[in-house]
Amino acid sequence: MAAQTLYEKLWSSHVVHEEADGTALIYIDRHLVHEVTSPQAFEGLKLAGRKPWRISSIVATADHNTPTDHWEQGILDPVSRQQVETLDANIREVGSLAYFPFKDERQGIVHVIGPENGATLPGMTVVCGDSHTSTHGAFACLAHGIGTSEVEHVMATQCLLQKKSRTMLIRVDGQLGQGVTAKDVVLAIIGKIGTAGGTGYAMEFGGSAIRSLSMEGRMTICNMAIEAGARAGMVGVDETTIEYLEGRPFSPKGEAWEQAVAYWRTLKSDEGAQFDKVVELKAEDILPQVTWGTSPEMVTTVDGRVPDPAAVADPVRREGIERALKYMGLEPNTPITEIAVDQVFIGSCTNSRIEDLREAAAVAKGRRKADSVKRVLVVPGSGLVKRQAEDEGLHEIFVAAGFEWREPGCSMCLAMNADRLEPGERCASTSNRNFEGRQGAGGRTHLVSPAMAAAAAVTGHFTDVRQLG
Amino acid sequence: MNPFTKLDGLVAPLDRANVDTDAIIPKQFLKSIKRSGFGPNAFDEWRYLDVGQPGQDNSKRPLNPDFVLNQPRYQGAQILLTRDNFGCGSSREHAPWALEDYGFRVLIGPSFADIFFNNSFKNGLLPIKLDAAEVDELFRQCEANEGYRLVVDLAAQTITRPDGRTIGFDIDPFRKECLLNGWDDIGLTLRHADKIKAYEERRRAEHPYYFA
Ligand code: SF4
Repeated sequence: MAAQTLYEKLWSSHVVHEEADGTALIYIDRHLVHEVTSPQAFEGLKLAGRKPWRISSIVATADHNTPTDHWEQGILDPVSRQQVETLDANIREVGSLAYFPFKDERQGIVHVIGPENGATLPGMTVVCGDSHTSTHGAFACLAHGIGTSEVEHVMATQCLLQKKSRTMLIRVDGQLGQGVTAKDVVLAIIGKIGTAGGTGYAMEFGGSAIRSLSMEGRMTICNMAIEAGARAGMVGVDETTIEYLEGRPFSPKGEAWEQAVAYWRTLKSDEGAQFDKVVELKAEDILPQVTWGTSPEMVTTVDGRVPDPAAVADPVRREGIERALKYMGLEPNTPITEIAVDQVFIGSCTNSRIEDLREAAAVAKGRRKADSVKRVLVVPGSGLVKRQAEDEGLHEIFVAAGFEWREPGCSMCLAMNADRLEPGERCASTSNRNFEGRQGAGGRTHLVSPAMAAAAAVTGHFTDVRQLG
Repeated sequence: MNPFTKLDGLVAPLDRANVDTDAIIPKQFLKSIKRSGFGPNAFDEWRYLDVGQPGQDNSKRPLNPDFVLNQPRYQGAQILLTRDNFGCGSSREHAPWALEDYGFRVLIGPSFADIFFNNSFKNGLLPIKLDAAEVDELFRQCEANEGYRLVVDLAAQTITRPDGRTIGFDIDPFRKECLLNGWDDIGLTLRHADKIKAYEERRRAEHPYYFA
């Protein structure tokens, strides 16, 4: 048989039916559900008198609306509370493999809890009504975000209507420099190919620099595949994948584990497999990244400067830069390290796992939040991450540095709960989107790695974490 | 879903690239557990001068006179001209719900983000990809002529300009059928229920650990 890419293997092992024009029905193994994009789907199902096809595919949690402090008070915002209670009621009624409701010790961001519970396994198709579902591709899954109509479609039929994507390989070879993280790699990729560079593609990340990353790092990279326009990002299975999964609550056990691992080891692109497009980066060229605009592709290195629109010939691009700088309150040619921040957010499904918190803590240790910084939020991705961080004493480092140690959830990644920026406030954020208003109306977001966020917190402005020592 | 066949509609231009779904419908409105009523909050942060909250009387809010869709000449527009990568960002279907509830039935642009593109079809909203040069020309004509209208014929896959020029467009045959007939995807898929069951049984036998 011809050499196949990982995507082709995942695709062909899930086709149930194919129309003449190539539209296919793809079987879905895992359906992750959260409170924001599911209520209309449950309602639609009920109105049509339909039942979920396979309840044991559903893993649900409440994350977007939940507060990150004063849990004893419950959810104060009545509209948010109604949405979370609607999810409670829907899951109670239809059932699920697992539900981690608000305040449960395993509750957390949907893209953190799937993998850490072993509910995301190599070879699966994974969907969720959330664009960052691409995260799960780190486990050699075909994982992508879907809309609410599709959530209902998957519940009712266990399938998704899809057309096959083209394939893109992003190969990063070499060794990442000290202080350069998975977040910097993915921001550098987006800077290179643009936010629409991956549209229509399933994106595989490979090369020695990707191989050397932990599962946490790989999840950070696949998480932001959607920010490069690709619905799905993925990394082939290796020992790192298998080690991570062994012993997780929903991972197979005993003989089933052996059988699964034997299959999983085949889940990588074959030698000589052809991709429709290949993009290459050298790990040594990647420096710590900081975004300066209102789209993740508006990014530069920490030693760079805010661009000057006057130097850009293309009128649509020039206007885009002008508009972004106006919104961001930045002057052209300002050195990145001279930009002062008001708040810092360490969290989100991009960077809220244990390794991210360790990186931030390593910078915060023995230092203090700069007086000019109003608030530093550290929001673990899940209850389990929180517990592990506390077992390692990371929370004490954060608290001693004047950072706030919070309960898990999406928090200021999209500011649906009470954690948000005031108009005009500037934030160093480890999340994934710097769109206008994303972290609060009028708020200004700069995307960075956890280490770079912590460095901005202790110095009051963007600082090259490699120079902090 | 409402079927879509043919539309003779007023056109409005939104001349920005990378319009994201946070801009189309800001997150505070995602707390709703309904599918309808998002139209008054479409493009909320650009459209109004104050900060919008769910449950407000939007008719009393101060409009931003600089926002293109607030101009009197574009009131009642059903066709929106867009630039590259429209609908990027979050998968929220609230974005097409808001556009549809606002009154749009057709979007025309050089490229759309994948998830948004897909979501649009499920809601009777037709996104049409054209060459950047064609889109440029539509922007020019639309801005130059008040009351600019286009005729979009899905069956024939054509857009007809007031000057008589007809532009063809591509669409997946399957999506076209669904949209023309207003078919519900779930009903269509369930015609293959036996195939789904057979696939599932095979998979369960080969990979039981996915079904634990
Ligand atoms: S952390 Fe942010 S990006 Fe991730 S699921 Fe939550 S809101 Fe979406």
